[in-house]
Amino acid sequence: MDKIITITENISFTLTDSILELSYLIASVLFIVGLKMLSNPESARRGNTYAAIGMVLAIITTILFHKQDGQPIGNIGYILVAIVIGTIVGWTIAMKVKMTAMPQLVSLFNGMGGASAALISLMEFPHISAALVAEHGMMNGHVLAILLGLVIGSVSFAGSMIAFGKLDGRIGDIRSPLMRYINIGLLVIVVGFIVYIMTLGSVKIEEITYLIYILLAIALIYGIAFVMPIGGADMPVVISLLNSFTGVAAAMGGFLYNNQAMLTGGILVGSAGTILTVLMCNAMNRSLLNVIIGAFGGGGAAMEHEEGNIREITLSDAAVLLNYSQKVVIVPGYGLAVAQAQHICHDLDKLLESKGVEVKYAIHPVAGRMPGHMNVLLAEADVPYEKLIESEHINPDLPNTDVVVVIGANDVVNPAAQDDPSSPIYGMPIVNARAAKNIIVMKRGMGKGYAAIENYLFYNDKTRMLFGNAKDTLQALVAEIKEL
Amino acid sequence: MQEILTYFFEYRQMIFVVVLSVFLGIEVISNVPAILHTPLMSGANAIHGVVIIGAIIVMGHAETTLAMVLGFLAVILGTLNVVGGFVVTDRMLDMFKKKPKKETKN
Repeated sequence: MDKIITITENISFTLTDSILELSYLIASVLFIVGLKMLSNPESARRGNTYAAIGMVLAIITTILFHKQDGQPIGNIGYILVAIVIGTIVGWTIAMKVKMTAMPQLVSLFNGMGGASAALISLMEFPHISAALVAEHGMMNGHVLAILLGLVIGSVSFAGSMIAFGKLDGRIGDIRSPLMRYINIGLLVIVVGFIVYIMTLGSVKIEEITYLIYILLAIALIYGIAFVMPIGGADMPVVISLLNSFTGVAAAMGGFLYNNQAMLTGGILVGSAGTILTVLMCNAMNRSLLNVIIGAFGGGGAAMEHEEGNIREITLSDAAVLLNYSQKVVIVPGYGLAVAQAQHICHDLDKLLESKGVEVKYAIHPVAGRMPGHMNVLLAEADVPYEKLIESEHINPDLPNTDVVVVIGANDVVNPAAQDDPSSPIYGMPIVNARAAKNIIVMKRGMGKGYAAIENYLFYNDKTRMLFGNAKDTLQALVAEIKEL
Repeated sequence: MQEILTYFFEYRQMIFVVVLSVFLGIEVISNVPAILHTPLMSGANAIHGVVIIGAIIVMGHAETTLAMVLGFLAVILGTLNVVGGFVVTDRMLDMFKKKPKKETKN
């Protein structure tokens, strides 16, 4: 009888372990399926829910069943309080922030994940087992996972915060060629420091705990310096890259705790994020390295071109032109997002449609601050999905278009991408606005786009400029058309 | 060399998971339409919030005050990443969803 009890006790003991591992397996599958579903418009929302379910499952089973050296999870009260705080704060921020600020938000939450990963490493470092160090020295996988988790997590955190600040317009760029050398120097120091710690041999961990704080400081500085020189227009690429960094940092935790859910989830995001980053770079016809070094704007001398005249158009002329057109294509850009003009833009579109004008939107994949930024923005204003046409599909239609209205977009309509081999954006697919019969460009001023390159479209004979804040201009234009 | 091989053997299961996950990630992401880049990035952002599990484990075994404070912070930040990430993604996708319905109503 006693035997049976001990056997069943043993079974129940391993049972919780099995449940835990099984739940991690289910969570991993849900992550993968969720991510796959996220890449299809039909199933995207369900995919997100699936991944969320996987996450909740993994969190609950970890709290209930996780054991480290036979010890179950303690401090459960504090953990629950922390989770409640995080949930309330995260939920509130995520629900309240305007859709236009989405890119910042993704960056902010990404930074939180990175910071969390860095903190885990920070706490695990003093707990590296003396036996392990005695046997292998500091040169072992455990130490490497801790150090990499710390460095990657901190870089991701610091970088995301800078990216957040830039997108929010609180931080400017430092575009000094010196930054390139500073960054390379910092990277060498970070890697060197990791190598230094790992080659310390058999040391007492308590005595070298301060080193981890030095490494933390350097990694944070590197994270800041890494993003500082990169222009605002490249932030989507940077966020995507930092996103995959955080994934890798999370995976380091998976190594540390032999935790499959963290490992699969982290690596999945790491690799998917990297591919997404590359896809984004491809959409801009630039290499990842080119983005990171921040070569934009510093690039080659502009091709000789005839500085034509800038011609303005009055509101009433613009109203008449639009009103009596058959086909109008709107090319939205970041200016539309900044001015929060998506609703009034949709009003213009509805007004014109009511007068029998066919209105479509030309969506460039990298218009705005994130790929798909314009889709999200216009979707918020209830612009029907079918009216948003990707640039490559609308380009053949443009020669038959009466008016192209460029609202706050610049680089994505710059003909230099087709004509000027010396231009940094040469080869980037653009919305071929100049093919249209008339072009109206709404802009705040004659400033250059984020790529800081001259836009010859503005000097085109068919182009008329309408200066001012996109929202005000559109409002005035709508009023003007209504009076016709 | 001997050492590297030893490590490989020791961590072989994890290395398999890592290598296969890398290919899986690439496979899952390819053929994504540009309009879904942002929600996808945001969704992936939420998934790496799985780091919260590590935060819970570390907090669950924290003993010193410093470790408790850092652990507490780590759990909060991890939760922010998870909850914020999923909610933001859902909000973005919600806007895509609404469209066809409105269209049929009109």
